[in-house]
Amino acid sequence: MPSNKSVSDAPIAQFTNCRILRDHRLQREDLWVREGKILNPEKLFFDEKGSADIQLDCKGSIIAPGFIDVQINGGFGVDFSLATDDFKSGIKLVSQKILSHGVTSFCPTLVTSPPSVYHQVLPQIGVRNGGAHGAGILGAHLEGPFISKEKKGAHPEHCIRTFEAGAFQDLLATYGSLDGVRIVTLAPEIKRSSEVIQELTKRGICVSLGHSVANLSQAEEAVQHGATFITHLFNAMLPFHHRDPGIVGLLTSDKIPAGRRVFYGMISDGIHTNPAALRIAHRAHPKGLVLVTDAIAGMGLAPGRHTLGQQVVEIDGLNTYIAGTKTLSGSVATMDTCVRHFLEATGCSVETALEAASLHPAQLLGIEHKKGTLDYDSDADFLMLNDSLYVQATYIAGEEVWRQDVLGM
Amino acid sequence: MRLVILEDYDQASEWAAKYICNRIIQFKPSQGRYFTLGLPTGNTPLGCYKKLIEYHKNGDLSFRYVKTFNMDEYVGLPRNHPESYHSYMWNNFFKHIDIDPNNAHILDGNAPDLQAECDAFEKKIEEAGGIDLFVGGIGPDGHIAFNEPGSSLSSRTRLKTLAMDTILANAKYFDGDLSKVPTMALTVGVGTVMDAREVMILITGAHKAFALYKAIEEGVNHMWTVSAFQQHPRTIFVCDEDATLELRVKTVKYFKG
Repeated sequence: MPSNKSVSDAPIAQFTNCRILRDHRLQREDLWVREGKILNPEKLFFDEKGSADIQLDCKGSIIAPGFIDVQINGGFGVDFSLATDDFKSGIKLVSQKILSHGVTSFCPTLVTSPPSVYHQVLPQIGVRNGGAHGAGILGAHLEGPFISKEKKGAHPEHCIRTFEAGAFQDLLATYGSLDGVRIVTLAPEIKRSSEVIQELTKRGICVSLGHSVANLSQAEEAVQHGATFITHLFNAMLPFHHRDPGIVGLLTSDKIPAGRRVFYGMISDGIHTNPAALRIAHRAHPKGLVLVTDAIAGMGLAPGRHTLGQQVVEIDGLNTYIAGTKTLSGSVATMDTCVRHFLEATGCSVETALEAASLHPAQLLGIEHKKGTLDYDSDADFLMLNDSLYVQATYIAGEEVWRQDVLGM
Repeated sequence: MRLVILEDYDQASEWAAKYICNRIIQFKPSQGRYFTLGLPTGNTPLGCYKKLIEYHKNGDLSFRYVKTFNMDEYVGLPRNHPESYHSYMWNNFFKHIDIDPNNAHILDGNAPDLQAECDAFEKKIEEAGGIDLFVGGIGPDGHIAFNEPGSSLSSRTRLKTLAMDTILANAKYFDGDLSKVPTMALTVGVGTVMDAREVMILITGAHKAFALYKAIEEGVNHMWTVSAFQQHPRTIFVCDEDATLELRVKTVKYFKG
């Protein structure tokens, strides 16, 4: 190709011999990147008379947008709900390690904790772009402490709170600050939650319903006040009942405000949800499904005992329980494992499985104009995968930040 | 005139592509000595473009020293509209080959001064040394480019209003909604194409058969503008069997040799 330097200083990369996920389909198209963004090659050709500086042969790989994990409690021995001295290096370690799982952006999640933990930890979680140093941080996901004691799951009961006289002010005092907070999970049946939901929504924070015994109308009211997400559907909520579907009923509720969509997180590790239940949810509301790992500190480590905030958990294979009980507590699944399991369990298309981990979380957080797709001008956060959806390489802002070792390490 | 009759669309496309490929290779284009190609759009040349791309990907054909001039473009359609001829050329040809973007010329249907745009296009062709091989198609109404029935046979690049036949034929690309189809286009003139050193017209399908008959078995007539090429010293009509359905058996036998 003729030299391009007169057109633009920033090098233009053309990824060829690949299938890209665009417009909900895998298409035989090249991917063009410049200055960390996906480039429109037709515009480059006709408007700038430009062409590629570098061409990379992807050898038939699938190129998909980077995965976005909106519920991850830690991993590799790091627990985001533990206020340690080396918290910052802990979060850096996790953000680096999850690149190999295909995650390019995530929301570090804190389970129900005492206020001191929030006050110490939250200021250390900075929203920042990803890169070679690790996946980007979109903001914290605060799962609790305003949840139901009856559906605490692995959360410590003594830290669970309700809203007192101050409602939103109580929440603010508990967390210390909402800077860098992206998602808050709460139980909508708690008194005064409606005004809290409204205040959080006003501040651009995504409100999620979870760890709750709410019935369907309470859940619908919460949605009307601004809630848009359900934390790990089926888990830590009332089971579906045909006369009161509870929170699960939001998937097919007709009381969702026009133009809004309710999203729901699913841990498709094969343990938290029976595949049949996964299929029911997916078929009822396919566009709302968001894959999450809900991974805990033990993810990536050998089986055994690890901490999850104020609790101790035991890992045995893919199962994680509160030590000595049969109560599930987070998972050790990786995001790419979840995507593959979801594909297999539902028999859905590759496109659907990939979008559940990229497009849908981006839509949930209202950032789909720059993340979660391979649309022109989006951030060039993408993955190269083989046909079985194993991640071969991870790119952030157009730079390769992880590549599978030839030896498969 | 040469009339080359192939059995079906695929063979006609391949023959045409091979001819273009050979012409370019024989010319031995190089820095400062470009091969200039006139190019069409529409359904008919798609097979030919696919073959040319194949030859390029095999390493047999490079467009590095080829300049192209497209025949036409709609007026008022945004350049990135999926039905614009810019989109057509990018998706069906340019993005698959190694042509220098500076050498790919297509009329700009959104230029502020349309006639000036047409005049500039004629000038660019002249500066490129004229067209070595102009590849074209034929409309069901016998038009070449958008030189609709009644166009002057000595016309140059200009703005044309599209005939109802053409608008109806194009409706299928605009969801069948006639109101969405552009009504005007910029097009090279019949005279512009006649100036090319060699012309190759691709005609396939039974729906083009009557136009082919009018173009080569009847007289030169401005109602069937492709007929002008009866007076061009080097024209090849490449067609499939179906396109010959309205020709005399005698004509077909003569050209099949």
